[in-house]
Amino acid sequence: MKSAVIVFPGSNREGDVLRALKQAGSQVEKVWHAETELPKGTDLVVLPGGFSYGDYLRCGAIAGRATVMDAVRAHAARGGLVLGICNGFQILCESGLLPGILMRNANLKFICHRQFLRVERNDTAFTRAYAKGQAIDVCVAHGEGNYTADEDTLKRLEGEGRVAFRYCDAQGHVTPDANRNGSMNSIAGIYSEKLNVLGMMPHPENLIEDLVGGTDGRGLFESLVSSFPRAA
Amino acid sequence: MKARVTVTLKNGVLDPQGKAIEGALKSLGVEGISGVRQGKVFDIELETSDKAKAEAALKAACEKLLANTVIENYRVEIA
Repeated sequence: MKSAVIVFPGSNREGDVLRALKQAGSQVEKVWHAETELPKGTDLVVLPGGFSYGDYLRCGAIAGRATVMDAVRAHAARGGLVLGICNGFQILCESGLLPGILMRNANLKFICHRQFLRVERNDTAFTRAYAKGQAIDVCVAHGEGNYTADEDTLKRLEGEGRVAFRYCDAQGHVTPDANRNGSMNSIAGIYSEKLNVLGMMPHPENLIEDLVGGTDGRGLFESLVSSFPRAA
Repeated sequence: MKARVTVTLKNGVLDPQGKAIEGALKSLGVEGISGVRQGKVFDIELETSDKAKAEAALKAACEKLLANTVIENYRVEIA
């Protein structure tokens, strides 16, 4: 399996996600935002976290219109897999690949802590290594993660089973206290219509080693890699 | 030619920054303010002196980048 991690000016989590992908068994290449094409044979595109373009204008707004995003859109339209984490999720929303927007956290604070997520479904390329309803222990670090969409969009996302993860407590209960950024319906991540694009605010790539406190993030990368036959 | 684009949040979209500013004004003793909504202003210089062309360029700028029309409205004024 081949992954391409897109790097924008101001990305800063590309190293973490590269490590997580390699650990799961993927080949990985970094791709600069000004490129017009993805490396040949790219199976998965990852938009990493960070502060692309210093969050100028709106988070992800300028990166969402970068040259390479045309190639990413074409990849997604062919059914190719795309994963956006944190700023990557904001970029996916701004580029039109996912609906809605990430607004300033309801409490106006940058939040940075460990966070449980409930896996809403485990029949997608991103989550097959998890159990449905499992509470996974990852972390969040963002100031603009308050998922917001109009009523129709929200209804469609819920109706089509496109909510990937919700903020929950350690027992998997979706409670108002667990939803620290104020997201509508406690949404932490959503899928595109064809379930091949996933955007999520939390960082699974940071919980892949016992040494740093947990390995619940590994499942996401292992799911992705297991979707492809292993290169000889 | 010069233009000013104003981008504001749509009605009903929660504006925590506006709320925080409103609270700060209250705590400063500024009276008579019943609501604050924060927006953005862009002062833009245009190469053209043709008003129709300028309007078309500014509309494209707003739709493509300056405003996220999911949550924001924009207003264009040409000087």
